[in-house]
Amino acid sequence: MKRTAALALFSGGIALYCLVPFVWFVLTSLKSGTELTAIPPILLPSFHLSFYRSALENYGLLHYIANSIIVAASATMVTVAVGSLAAYAIARFQSKWTHFYLLLLLAISMFPQIAIAGPVWTILDRLQWLNTYQGLVAAYVALCLPLATWILATFFRDVPVEIEEAALIDGCSRLQALYKVVLPLAAPGILTAALLVFIYAWNEFFFALIIMTDPNVQTLPVGIALFPGEYTMPWGEIAAASTIATLPLILLTLIFQRGIVRGLSAGAVKG
Amino acid sequence: MKRSQDAALWFLLPSFCFVALFSLFPIVESLRLSFYRMILTLPWLGQRMVGWENYADLATDPVARDALVTTLLFIGVTIPLELLLGLGIALVLNEAFRGRGLLRAVVLVPWAIPTVVASQMWRFIFNDRYGLVNFMLFGADTSSYLAPLADPYLALAAIMIAEIWKTTPFAALIILAGLQSIADELYEAASVDGATSWQKFRHVTLPLLKPALLLALLFRTVDSLRVFDLVYVMTQGGPADATNVLQFYGYKKTFAEGMIGYGSAIAVTVFLLSLTLALVYLHLLRTSRWKEAGL
Repeated sequence: MKRTAALALFSGGIALYCLVPFVWFVLTSLKSGTELTAIPPILLPSFHLSFYRSALENYGLLHYIANSIIVAASATMVTVAVGSLAAYAIARFQSKWTHFYLLLLLAISMFPQIAIAGPVWTILDRLQWLNTYQGLVAAYVALCLPLATWILATFFRDVPVEIEEAALIDGCSRLQALYKVVLPLAAPGILTAALLVFIYAWNEFFFALIIMTDPNVQTLPVGIALFPGEYTMPWGEIAAASTIATLPLILLTLIFQRGIVRGLSAGAVKG
Repeated sequence: MKRSQDAALWFLLPSFCFVALFSLFPIVESLRLSFYRMILTLPWLGQRMVGWENYADLATDPVARDALVTTLLFIGVTIPLELLLGLGIALVLNEAFRGRGLLRAVVLVPWAIPTVVASQMWRFIFNDRYGLVNFMLFGADTSSYLAPLADPYLALAAIMIAEIWKTTPFAALIILAGLQSIADELYEAASVDGATSWQKFRHVTLPLLKPALLLALLFRTVDSLRVFDLVYVMTQGGPADATNVLQFYGYKKTFAEGMIGYGSAIAVTVFLLSLTLALVYLHLLRTSRWKEAGL
């Protein structure tokens, strides 16, 4: 009985800690203009949607959302495709090279962004890829490959070699064996890797800020960080845009929490 | 055998192209540029080899020194608190009770929120007029309201709070994975020997959790050296450079002021700092695994 009460107390505390700040921001987005500027602040709003309308109409929110979807979806597809090839080699042809490559990916994943930012900018400038979707996507693919490859390789190892060997004997090439046999059987791993890459690309700010200087191609995080406001910040619109940017991620996280938890701790358990 | 080795290289090639172009080449290029003087706004000066001059300047630059201190202070305060809170959350999530799945999902919420959104959110929570913090501390007594983000000490503390809130879930998940790998038999054996809950925690859980704790420490340290979004949105490194962490200073020098050589020297410094800390942790992790295996 004492244990149950203590657990309930701790659980409640943890839930409040995790939720209160964001819930308050969501409530802020639902205030009316006068409720927003009330001092002291009003906790419960009267559920107005005027800030959402204003964010969509006056600040071009839809445009940022579209850019984010294009960039995050492309980065996810390319990373999973390229990462699957590498992960297959790591899982199946175990050799000095594949082992070395895995270690290289691990080392790269620890690079501070600032240590590569300048030259990445210069390369994209030479390619004339600054302010283009493919420029930001290429950078994201490189940044996400270590994590995606690591997750995919852990899942590929669990696919029984026998099924694949049967396919090879039946005349499949290695590449066919990968996408006809291994990929379908490792679908949960692909979903996990895809989700983590998508969330990363949807949230990333630093590279988006330096690569996308033209508002027409900027992603949501850049739009939210650079919300115009010289003297008074448009807090209602910022809160509305933030809520819209976050809700899809929270939904994805709630639906796929098992996969995400497994993906995030894959490195911890195996490493 | 030879053929499958060749095949492996072909499978790795596309991945290697991305990594080589956007990670390996840039890190080497940053190192090279840190020995040059190159200013984007003065292109006619070109690139001039200056040897260690950028590093010598960095060593005597008081702003850089403060940025290093701020960064180390930031890591030193946030990471122990994240691990402690993460451990607490993981211990609760490791118990069997109704609603555990829901709680685990709730814990993921701060992790899933884009950092820029979390930054604007905490900036508003610390707002000097409409902020939740002022309301909770002073209620309707508006004359006492503080402007935390305009105060050098409070601004750094505010960013630390936002960082801890955002990243504790990740630490909790890593530690939870470690907790779940501890065999139940060990606790049962300890119970048979009459161990109290605290003794079990102290002599069974903590020693076996050491690898997971070190791993969380490694990931969090490497990641918190990258802190940027919070600083960019909440304070822009101010007031009076009080929240100017190294990554932000490097960004400012390279991209806002166009000092490519000097910015690269800062970038290389952050890289070396990160590398050193990672190697120390990996060494500790390895020795703790050896001890665990009885070697």
